[in-house]
Amino acid sequence: MATAPILDQSNLLELAQPLPLDGGQSLPGARIAYETVGTLNPARDNAILITHALTGDHHVVSNHPKTGKPGWWVRMVGPGKPIDTNRFHVICANVIGSCMGSTGPASPAPDGQPWGMRFPVITIRDMVRAHVALLDALGIESLHAVVGGSMGGMQALSLAANFPGRARAALVIASTARHSAQNIAFHEVGRQAIMADPEWREGDYYAHGKGPEKGLSVARMAAHITYLSEAGLTEKFGRRLQDRAEKTFGFDADFQIESYLRYQGLSFTDRFDANSYLYITRAMDYFDLAEEHGGLLANAFTGSRARYCLVSFDTDWLYPTAESRNVVHALNAAGLPVSFMELSAPFGHDSFLLDVPALDRVVAGFLGEAR
Amino acid sequence: MNAAVPAGLQGGLRRDLAVIAANIAPSSSVLDIGCGDGTLMAALRDGKDCDARGMELDPANVSLCVAKGLSVIQGDADKDLAFYPDKSVDYAILSQTLQTTMRPDMVLEELLRIGRKAFVSFPNFAHWRVRLSLLWGGRMPVTRLLPIPWYETPNIHHLTVDDFRALVKERGIKVEGCWFLSGGTKCSAAAANFRAEHAVFLLSRA
Repeated sequence: MATAPILDQSNLLELAQPLPLDGGQSLPGARIAYETVGTLNPARDNAILITHALTGDHHVVSNHPKTGKPGWWVRMVGPGKPIDTNRFHVICANVIGSCMGSTGPASPAPDGQPWGMRFPVITIRDMVRAHVALLDALGIESLHAVVGGSMGGMQALSLAANFPGRARAALVIASTARHSAQNIAFHEVGRQAIMADPEWREGDYYAHGKGPEKGLSVARMAAHITYLSEAGLTEKFGRRLQDRAEKTFGFDADFQIESYLRYQGLSFTDRFDANSYLYITRAMDYFDLAEEHGGLLANAFTGSRARYCLVSFDTDWLYPTAESRNVVHALNAAGLPVSFMELSAPFGHDSFLLDVPALDRVVAGFLGEAR
Repeated sequence: MNAAVPAGLQGGLRRDLAVIAANIAPSSSVLDIGCGDGTLMAALRDGKDCDARGMELDPANVSLCVAKGLSVIQGDADKDLAFYPDKSVDYAILSQTLQTTMRPDMVLEELLRIGRKAFVSFPNFAHWRVRLSLLWGGRMPVTRLLPIPWYETPNIHHLTVDDFRALVKERGIKVEGCWFLSGGTKCSAAAANFRAEHAVFLLSRA
């Protein structure tokens, strides 16, 4: 890269008060890991909160401390980039329930032992509560925008709807206001794979030096398919064989796609905690913004005065365009200013993380326009 | 009847859009259906302090609008107007789009449901040049304003000024104003069906 490496801006906030949760419990001593880039202006009104996806983290621009890979959205965030850190103070926080720095099932409970399955079931709104607590601690009353793709988009919608006034704009990419039966079904396959692995030990595997890696790997393999498009898979792998001329008439990874998925599954287990996967997928499955507001999605936005922009991708079958349109119609009904477009990109759901110049233009245009 | 155009508003606007812009009250709320690259919306926002929203079929145009800070959704006038509440804007605008819709009559009803008033502009298929072209050439007219051949034109419901007048009369829609344009000049209502290339109507429910 031509630009100088950006220093790791990782910080940790410990919440003084227990975090109240939708499930009725509260989370004591919650820690929130976050990264900030760019300068907060004296008026404290140029902050953009970036919310991450299911297996994401707060290393939005800095290198990942474990894998050494560049931050997950360096192509979008930085000086002169669509989310311009010369102009905006960017904050990205790891969600609670995760294993990347914020408190989750692998973190110690008050008794000093890992939470494991004693960790309370959390929701997307609970994740957002933690973000809002962070904003309070940082002295940021009103965000210029909240921006997220996939599960990050759910958090952006939840924040804009449930905490009106805290964000003046919401940019929601490749996301949905509720998890569909198909979304829940894929997640359930993943969870069952984890829980069927004897190494899972009812979630109490931390002292055994080995977790349900096989189960977590299968969960990731199944999920990974949903992030890609059929056309993308066909173009990248087709029916090509992996390092061999003939089929082996066995169950090795004969096909390139098999080898690729196995690698994706295996490498995922190095960086992600199986219990976190259970808790975060559950939070996504429970997400239904309309249900939180009496069953009518438009009602969720009654108190909102934010600008909205929704973007979907034509090859995304995980959160297809119809889901974004559903949100757009509700925002229209609520009389809020909303932009929406379906972009054409070959990469399926993952398009929001990949090279889609049209997305860059929309992000820059939407965020750059101060109201 | 044509109000003075504020300085800086008319420059660069297509003629029918300039007529619409000139006749919209300041600080109105507006829904521009088929808003293209958002030229009219931007002019109304910047020149008349309007709260302008838009709908546009082409995602590239939607991106251009968003880059201008406009709120525009990618949508289809035939399908996506149903989701707007009744009387939610002062003006619903449909410029050069009516003839491209599947059901122009239903779109017209939707405009007057959503907007307290509606502007509709369209190319007049009974303009003398079009008539001559069909009469002498015997082929579907390709003119300056209708430059695309029949097989690839987005205009699937050609209409004339008199057709439109008949439709609004039949539906009990009130014509609050009308403007007829030929090249750079205006022409009279009486000769409009023969002489106007473009028509602009301001409508309301009687």
